[in-house]
Amino acid sequence: MSFLNLNSVEKSFGQHRAIKGLDLTIEKGEFIVFVGPSGCGKSTLLRLIAGLENLDSGEIHLDGKDITRLPSAKRDLAMVFQSYALYPHMSVFDNMSFALKLAGVDKTVIREKVERAAKILNLEAYLERTPRALSGGQRQRVAIGRAIVRAPKVFLFDEPLSNLDAALRGQTRVEIHKLHRELGATTIYVTHDQVEAMTLADRVVVLRDGLIEQVGSPLELYDRPANQFVAQFIGTPSMNIVPVQSSDAVSGALGAVAPAGGFFGIRPEGIRILPAGAGKFQGRVELIEALGADTLIYLETLGTSLVARQNERTALASGNAVGIELDSRFLHIFDRDGNVVTAPGQSKNNN
Amino acid sequence: MNAKLPLIIRTFSSWAAALLLFFPLGWLILTAFKTELQAISVPPLLTFPPTLENFSLVQERSDYLLYAKNSLITSVISTLLGLAIAAPAAYSMAFFKTRRTRDILMWMLSTKMMPAVGALLPIYVLAQSAGLLDSLTVLVIVFTLSNLPIMVWMLYSGFKDIPKEILEAAQMDGANVWSEFRSVVLPLSIGGFASTALLCLVLSWNEAFWSLNLSAAKAGTLAALIASYSSPEGLFWAKLSAASLMAIAPIVVFGWFSQKQLVQGLTFGAVK
Repeated sequence: MSFLNLNSVEKSFGQHRAIKGLDLTIEKGEFIVFVGPSGCGKSTLLRLIAGLENLDSGEIHLDGKDITRLPSAKRDLAMVFQSYALYPHMSVFDNMSFALKLAGVDKTVIREKVERAAKILNLEAYLERTPRALSGGQRQRVAIGRAIVRAPKVFLFDEPLSNLDAALRGQTRVEIHKLHRELGATTIYVTHDQVEAMTLADRVVVLRDGLIEQVGSPLELYDRPANQFVAQFIGTPSMNIVPVQSSDAVSGALGAVAPAGGFFGIRPEGIRILPAGAGKFQGRVELIEALGADTLIYLETLGTSLVARQNERTALASGNAVGIELDSRFLHIFDRDGNVVTAPGQSKNNN
Repeated sequence: MNAKLPLIIRTFSSWAAALLLFFPLGWLILTAFKTELQAISVPPLLTFPPTLENFSLVQERSDYLLYAKNSLITSVISTLLGLAIAAPAAYSMAFFKTRRTRDILMWMLSTKMMPAVGALLPIYVLAQSAGLLDSLTVLVIVFTLSNLPIMVWMLYSGFKDIPKEILEAAQMDGANVWSEFRSVVLPLSIGGFASTALLCLVLSWNEAFWSLNLSAAKAGTLAALIASYSSPEGLFWAKLSAASLMAIAPIVVFGWFSQKQLVQGLTFGAVK
């Protein structure tokens, strides 16, 4: 049996069904990321696992034990909150040792464990300070320290990086990644940032409207999205989607057939820009975004807008006429409900 | 505050307001040290040889210390009892909000809007039939009950300032309700507790209506002592002032030292 098991979990707030009957299994040591747009239920799902919200129906099993009705205090989980939620009146040391103190752990053992965690997180110099005297990044590390001191069964992270500035966010992300590699602890991480999801996760759970859209490794989701929602949610800029009606030319050119009312999808890197006159389609450059490492080219063609990404810089300018080639290896086909019909023939995935 | 007003106007009006509020108290203090004749002289005297005669007369005529002891006992016990009842109530309303919480809070507050005299008859009859008239017990009960709405409100707004995540973090750390309250909620709202306690001490100490109506010689508080100096013997301003001064002195001194907490408590929720 798997380590953490969610079975037909449901939760409503008044009329609003936040989680609509959801199954998920998580293995020991896995790094799982819940990702989705705001209001998709990812935080609610985390809070249900944490025991901070009560299930309406369904069951949660952890390590072979039914924890569905267990209060948070008895679940042996640790959580890192978005707002850090440090105890403002306690020193860093007391913050990190609070759980152990409540559990009645011996004082020398507590000191040893806190000091070890502080060393891992570079907090040794700050143990006597209160949270008020710390920077945002340091507070974040204390919140993580408070969790790892306890060596809980599962770590829960609720958008832990969203209060940090961009530079610090990247740095802390790497630290969390390393920490997981060192500790090997089962981790559930909620974020709306797909970069965090792609870089940290062993498996990503994409949620929408209280339901799981797809579960898989980051590259699996990128290469073989199960539906149009996942296809557009994962990847920046998102996948180009062209309704079939306006893309008879595409069908013809690519020899691909889509169901009526369906959609073609193609990743920006699947579009190649050629000199005007060459390629299967002709179009016009709307806008260029030069990001340094890569260049985004917004095109107008076939009565719709597409975005292409290339690694080389370009001499093109807005208004230039260009030829366009679509790489059929990057072509996804979705039916009218957005479910995938044909994933790209070529997949980098080994599954 | 309007920052556009010139400093001089602001300074002047602050002084005017402060003096206006202080004047009755200041006049009371002056009168307490006058003889009865000086007290009623026209024009009023600002300088005079002070006398302590009034104070000894007050102590002679009635046992000041007994009344003071009654005031102390009723206000301290009713405050402690009130905190013990109000804290759990405010805790549950702040952290386990239901659809009706708001209504309950408003309803509690609305009981303070009813004139106390409206409840005098039933409470008097209840006290009488329970044999509690002129006892400290009935005063403690009534003071506690009449202060409870304010105590719940003040503690409630103090608790509400504590971010919910901090309590959730404590739960995740394995805290039960009691350890959560003791280690997290209480230290974080200690200012609210202090100002609630202070305010209720002051309110109970100054309470006059119920102590006048429910107590007499045995359980009378200082408010009752002052009242006994008014009508029947005509108005003896100097003695009345001396008695009043003795009655309010302890709480004024107490309030002076705790004004920081009091101000913080009274402006709860307003700032921020």
